[in-house]
Amino acid sequence: MAERVIEIEGLHKSYGDFEAVGGINVHVDRGEVFALLGPNGAGKTTTTEILEGYRQPSAGTVQVLGFDPAKGEHALKQRIGIVLQSTGVDPFLTVRETVEMYGGYYPNPRPTDEVIDVVGLSEKRDERVRRLSGGQQRRLDVAIALAGDPELLFLDEPTTGFDPSARRNAWEMVKNLVSLGKTVWLTTHFMDEAQYLADRVAVIAKGVIVAEGPPSSLAGRDQMQTTIRFRPAAGAPAPPELGQVPDGNGVLRLSTNQPTKIAHEITGWALEHGIDLDVFEITRPSLEDVYLELTGGEEGSP
Amino acid sequence: MIREVARQFRFTNKAFWRNPASAFFTFIFPLLFLVIFTALLGNSTTTLPGTAVEIKTSTYYVFSMAAFGLISACYTNIAISVVFAREQGVLKRLRGTPLPARSYLTARVLHASFVGFLLVAITVVFGRLVYQARIPGATDALLFILTLLVGAGCFAAIGLAVSGIVPNEDAGPPIVNAIILPLLFLSGIFIASDNPPGWVNFIGKVFPVKHLVDAMRASYLGVPFHWSDILVMAIWLLAAVVVAARRFKWEPAR
Repeated sequence: MAERVIEIEGLHKSYGDFEAVGGINVHVDRGEVFALLGPNGAGKTTTTEILEGYRQPSAGTVQVLGFDPAKGEHALKQRIGIVLQSTGVDPFLTVRETVEMYGGYYPNPRPTDEVIDVVGLSEKRDERVRRLSGGQQRRLDVAIALAGDPELLFLDEPTTGFDPSARRNAWEMVKNLVSLGKTVWLTTHFMDEAQYLADRVAVIAKGVIVAEGPPSSLAGRDQMQTTIRFRPAAGAPAPPELGQVPDGNGVLRLSTNQPTKIAHEITGWALEHGIDLDVFEITRPSLEDVYLELTGGEEGSP
Repeated sequence: MIREVARQFRFTNKAFWRNPASAFFTFIFPLLFLVIFTALLGNSTTTLPGTAVEIKTSTYYVFSMAAFGLISACYTNIAISVVFAREQGVLKRLRGTPLPARSYLTARVLHASFVGFLLVAITVVFGRLVYQARIPGATDALLFILTLLVGAGCFAAIGLAVSGIVPNEDAGPPIVNAIILPLLFLSGIFIASDNPPGWVNFIGKVFPVKHLVDAMRASYLGVPFHWSDILVMAIWLLAAVVVAARRFKWEPAR
C-alpha cells in the first residue's frame, strides 16, 4: 500500500453557527497531486489551514506525515512547504536574500539559486521584492515554500490573479515539482488547473465533498452522454427523428450514448439531400459541466 | 538559538536600512528636535529638576532627545512594524516555518535596541560637539549602560504589547502615537517645566518615560541616581511581557 501523507477523517470545522467544513474524509498518498476543487467559500482554505496547523478542527482527526498539525511541531514544519492564499514578505529584501532567509530556517535547504531558477525568477534575483509584479511575487511565494526542500507542498489557489501565460508557467513549475517526487495538496477554483495538474480531484461544495476521483472520470464524466448540436441550412427538409430538440436560432440539440452512430446518421442525411450543416458540434461533458452540476452552478468569481 | 537570532538580526538590519522612511524618521527626528528646541529656547541655563545643579538648556535637551530616540527606535518602531508585518501576512508565513517565534521576536527586539543605542550615541556626541552639553561631573558608564538596556527592553516590550491591541495597519501609527505623544509631553521630554501641577508629576512617576530620561541624565552627568527609576521601568517591562504573551497575534485581522 502506498504511504499515506495526509489522512483526514470526519473533519468538521464551525465558526459559531456557520459550519465551514461539514465532515470530510480525504487521504493523499506520497507522490500524488491532489486537488481540492470548489467555489469560493466552499471550505477549501479552512480545510487547508487545518492541515497546515493554523486552525484547530471542531471535530474529527487530521494527520499530516503522521503528525497532528495543530500541535505546531518543529519536526513537521521542517518537512512541509506552504503557499498561503495571501501573504507578504519584507519588501526591502531582494529575491535572493528572501529565499536564502527562509531556506535557512530548514535543516536541509535547497541551493538558493536553484530554487530561484525553478520558479523562473532568475532575472529578478537581485531585485527588491517591492519591485516585483503580482505574478512574480506569487512565484516568490512558491520559491519560499520550496526553499526548505519540503516533502509535502500546500498550494492554496496558487494561480489566482495570473494571466493565462503566467498560469501556464506556474503549471509547468508544479509538474516539475512532481517529477522531483513531491506530494502536492492544491486548492483551486479553476477546472482546467485541476484537470491539468491533479492525479485525483475532490469537489467540495458547502463544506462537503460531493465527488472524488481522477479528473477524467470524475462523477462518471467518462460515461455521461455526448451532446450533438447541428443546424441544417435554410429550406432543408425535416431531418430524421433522432430525439433532437430546438436549441434556439434554428439549432437542434440531442444527447446520446452512441455519438458515432448518430453523427453518421445526421451527416448521411445531409449528404443525401445535398444540404450544408452550418453548425455541427459534438461535445463531451467537460470537467466544468460536471463541476457546475455538482456545486449547484455557484461558481465563485476569483 | 543564538545563531538563529543572529541570522534573523542580520536580515532585519538589512531591511531596516533600505527602508528610507523608517530610517529617516527614526534618525532625523531626535536631532532635528534638538536643534529646534535649542534654537528656540536659547543656550541659557536651567536648574536640573530635583537638584541644585545648574545645566545648560541644551544639555537638558540632549538627554531628552536621546531618550526620545530610544523610545522611537524601540516602542514606536516595533509596534508599527510588527503590526505592518502581521497585516501583510509576514508573521503568518513565518508561523508556518520551523523558525521558533521566540527567535524571531528576540531578533526584532535586539535590532530595535541596537538602533536605539546608536541613536543615543549619535545624539550625545552631537550634543557634546555642537552644544558642549556636559558638566564636569563623572559619568557613571555602567549605570548609563544599565539604564539604556532596561529602557530599551521596557519600551520594546510595551511596543509588542501595544501591537496586539492595534486592530489593523491603518490604525497603527495613530494609536501608537496617541499613546506615546502625551506621555512625552507630560514627562518633560519636549518642555521642561519647573513647577508642573501635581497630576503631571503623578503621571511622570507612574509611566516609564520620565524615569528613563531622569536615569539617563543622572548617570551621564554624574548627579544622584535613583534606583526607583530602574525599578519602575523593570515593572513596566514585566507587565508588558505578560500582556504581549496574551495579546500578541500572528495573523492579519481580515
